[in-house]
Amino acid sequence: MATHQIYLTVNNSPEVVLVPSHMTLLQMLREKLALTGTKNGCAAGECGACTVILNGEAVNSCMVLAVECDGAQVTTIEGLAHDNLLDPVQAAIIDQSGVQCGFCTPGVLISSRALLDRQPNPTEEEIKEALLGNLCRCTGYTRLVDAVKDAARRQAQTMV
Amino acid sequence: MVTKELNPTKPAPHPIGDSVPRIDAQEKVTGAAIYTDDFQFGPGLLYARIKRSPHPHALIKSIDVSKARKLPGVKAVVTGADFPGYLGLYLQDRHIFCRDRVRYVGDPIAGVAAVSEEIAEQALELIDVEYELLGVVGDPEYGASPEAPLLHPDLDKYACVPFIFPEAHTNISNHFKIRKGDVDSAWGDCAAIIERSYRIPHIQHVPIEPHVAIARAEQDGKVTLWSSTQSPFAQRNLIAKALGISQSDVRVIGHLVGGGFGSKAGVTMEALVVAIATKLPGQPIKLRLTREEEFVASFVRQGLVSHMKMGCDKDGKLLAIEFAYYWDGGAYTEYGVNVARAGGYSGSGPYEIPNIKIDSCCVYTNHPVSGPMRGFGHPEIHAGIEQCIDELAREISIDAVKFRKLNCIKDGSTLATGGIMHPTGLSTCIDKAAQAIDWGRKAPPSAPNKRRGKGIAIMWKAPAMPPNAGSSAWVELTEDGKVNVGVGGQEIGQGTFTVAAQMAAAALGVPASWVRVAYPVDTKYSPYEWQTVASRLTWSMGNAIAAAARDARQQILTLVAQAWNEDINDLDIVDGNVISYKTEESHSLKDLAIYGLPKPDGKGWIGGPIVGRGSFMPTYITGLDPETGQGERAAVHYTTGAQAIELEVDLDTGRVEILRAVAAFDVGKAINPEAVRTQMEGGLVQGISTALFEQLQLKDGFVQNPSLVDYRIATSVDVPAKLETIIVEVPQDDGPWGARGIGEHAMVPTIPAIANAIYDAIGIRPGEPPFSSERVYLAMVDAGIVE
Repeated sequence: MATHQIYLTVNNSPEVVLVPSHMTLLQMLREKLALTGTKNGCAAGECGACTVILNGEAVNSCMVLAVECDGAQVTTIEGLAHDNLLDPVQAAIIDQSGVQCGFCTPGVLISSRALLDRQPNPTEEEIKEALLGNLCRCTGYTRLVDAVKDAARRQAQTMV
Repeated sequence: MVTKELNPTKPAPHPIGDSVPRIDAQEKVTGAAIYTDDFQFGPGLLYARIKRSPHPHALIKSIDVSKARKLPGVKAVVTGADFPGYLGLYLQDRHIFCRDRVRYVGDPIAGVAAVSEEIAEQALELIDVEYELLGVVGDPEYGASPEAPLLHPDLDKYACVPFIFPEAHTNISNHFKIRKGDVDSAWGDCAAIIERSYRIPHIQHVPIEPHVAIARAEQDGKVTLWSSTQSPFAQRNLIAKALGISQSDVRVIGHLVGGGFGSKAGVTMEALVVAIATKLPGQPIKLRLTREEEFVASFVRQGLVSHMKMGCDKDGKLLAIEFAYYWDGGAYTEYGVNVARAGGYSGSGPYEIPNIKIDSCCVYTNHPVSGPMRGFGHPEIHAGIEQCIDELAREISIDAVKFRKLNCIKDGSTLATGGIMHPTGLSTCIDKAAQAIDWGRKAPPSAPNKRRGKGIAIMWKAPAMPPNAGSSAWVELTEDGKVNVGVGGQEIGQGTFTVAAQMAAAALGVPASWVRVAYPVDTKYSPYEWQTVASRLTWSMGNAIAAAARDARQQILTLVAQAWNEDINDLDIVDGNVISYKTEESHSLKDLAIYGLPKPDGKGWIGGPIVGRGSFMPTYITGLDPETGQGERAAVHYTTGAQAIELEVDLDTGRVEILRAVAAFDVGKAINPEAVRTQMEGGLVQGISTALFEQLQLKDGFVQNPSLVDYRIATSVDVPAKLETIIVEVPQDDGPWGARGIGEHAMVPTIPAIANAIYDAIGIRPGEPPFSSERVYLAMVDAGIVE
């Protein structure tokens, strides 16, 4: 089985990883880098639990081969908080009671972060659209949408 | 009197009724939270895959695993021949692996452990099985008929609990009956009677975390199981029994659960990997279900066919009902038999009716195994009951809200089983839901091609469990005076650990933020809990926690009374300080938590580490007569509530859009109001999802849509623009601080509330859920509403 050595940046940390050709980015994160915050819900690109930011875009990491990520910048849920300070999307989802079982939460937060990176002041429709690929069975989504709105407000305040 | 001087800082809010933040939120938002698949076992971990039946019903003529065993990387291959024991919570009707017969597509036949999932999967292809195909049962009414092929010819030989009644030489695994009053003569007194039939399809729970379990057996026969489970203790018990080992030799560790909804209650796939592990002592083996296996080979919600006849007098007073429920229980009945029982004894819905005949039959079919799902049969029965109620109200020309208020159960009502209803806020829930949706006022549709309507539905549900399901808890203090609470209930998203902390804090006298909960739950260290099911933890586990905290409190006060030479009745614990109302002395818990206090005479010490213990088990549940279903008390209590919906139907597409949704439930006492509201919201949206989108499509026993693309659940864009939750609090006499459960109830009345609103909008009933655009549109074409 062919293996490849790839170089990439994960959560601002440079990594060198030996990966088999068929290994997905999701498997690499969980099994090679022990970043288990990114979840495997379907391995078919349908549930969004494995969402990471790859070169600035939210993607399902189960649908990306690890070898394709040579030279890439990847942000996972473990990379959202900095200096023990939660990202606004993380703080907001707690305050808006958007956490229940927590299994979809990492993917939801990554999609929320990717949205706010490209659109700091999204409309409700844009938020719902951004979370469309993240299935959640617990919350009923309203608190997740509220959390993104709240995060946008917090982010705007800290940037002033 | 104690005054504020004793506690100069602002006292913490009372832990009960305070929406404290979830104690597991921080770890869940940072990715630090550990779920079962995240736990690391190192490079020695083996992977299991399961060979499953490709046929819905067949005899196994032979199994040849010799080629699979020879595949490099394969460590073990096991079949049913290795494991003769039986599994089953109420009725022991299945082996771990099939031995002589397969009963559904997906039934496990053999298990492989290998160094990778890929090799294990390849090995499955090398297992040769010869079958003799048998006739298929794909419908519960057919299954209950004498013509149907038998799935379990040995049904009469299976071990069974005393309150489940299988019928020998049939496919009926439980037949629950209610015979109250005289239904046959009551029809003559009715001014209006309607008869209807309803079908509810199989659906699946779709937890975002698929089932996963890791097992390791030791040379001495002990077994450790790490599993994503709602039932660590039930797994210990049932798996030990099936393998013929001692319960105390089975250790189950349950990390955080990524969504349960019933799918991870009891034993689903965990015994498979434990069985394989017993053949490879010392080696951990992991089994993960694929999303496809989730749909076909974990649990699904049972289907239901109900036939209903309901009548009332000229004033609208319900006089009689005659209901027949045929539950499509699937191939085995881990829970199905008790769903039929619970759906039977609560089968009247939340109404007081003098004459009742109910037959509730769980029927074996060649469908996936029906497990418990949020609501435990109640969303299914209410779907029919609450549409019938609407139709009967219309028939007798009484407003649907008024009709419900007239007939619904109230404090002191006689229940279908003959018991007496405890105080309930159901009428208040109806009033508040109706008021919030502006009942009786019809707003114009948002566009000419749309029709707008409103609907309401009410519900009741009791925790469905054996009469003697118990809970226990311990409470200990740490050096800093803070509190560690041990529980055996599982955090499956509902927030139970947070509520556990609040209740321990309140009973002990410390701020909620001082309490930690000891998890993961581990049957080796955690106190016993029957299962995390039935919305029973806040009530049952809560009673155990309160008892444990009071025990710890008593130990502390006894110690301080002795050390201070005071009367214990003058002492209290407030905000983490022991205080004396008499001397106004105050002492922080941290000064006495572990090391005790000096004796009054200074010669030595008294006290020591504080550990409180508590347990709870209801002692007042009586049996019901097997022929009449009558008895003193069938269930511990009923949570009641109402939902109201406003929606629009698009005449061009058939699309149903929910505009507003209101939920009002009587939870007795909201320990954490925000947690209660989020349960109500999440359950409501799950209910909407089941009403509009969800159906496990089965054809000749084969699931046609086992993926998240073909089996659609609600997404972020399907949520109503306005969603209102209303908490009603009529205290429960035996609940902690008056609380009762709310987890499941939140989706029980949603399907009929939507069906009633669709009727209000377009004047027809959409038939079997899901009320998809296609189904609604075709119904409108059939009715001539659109061309």
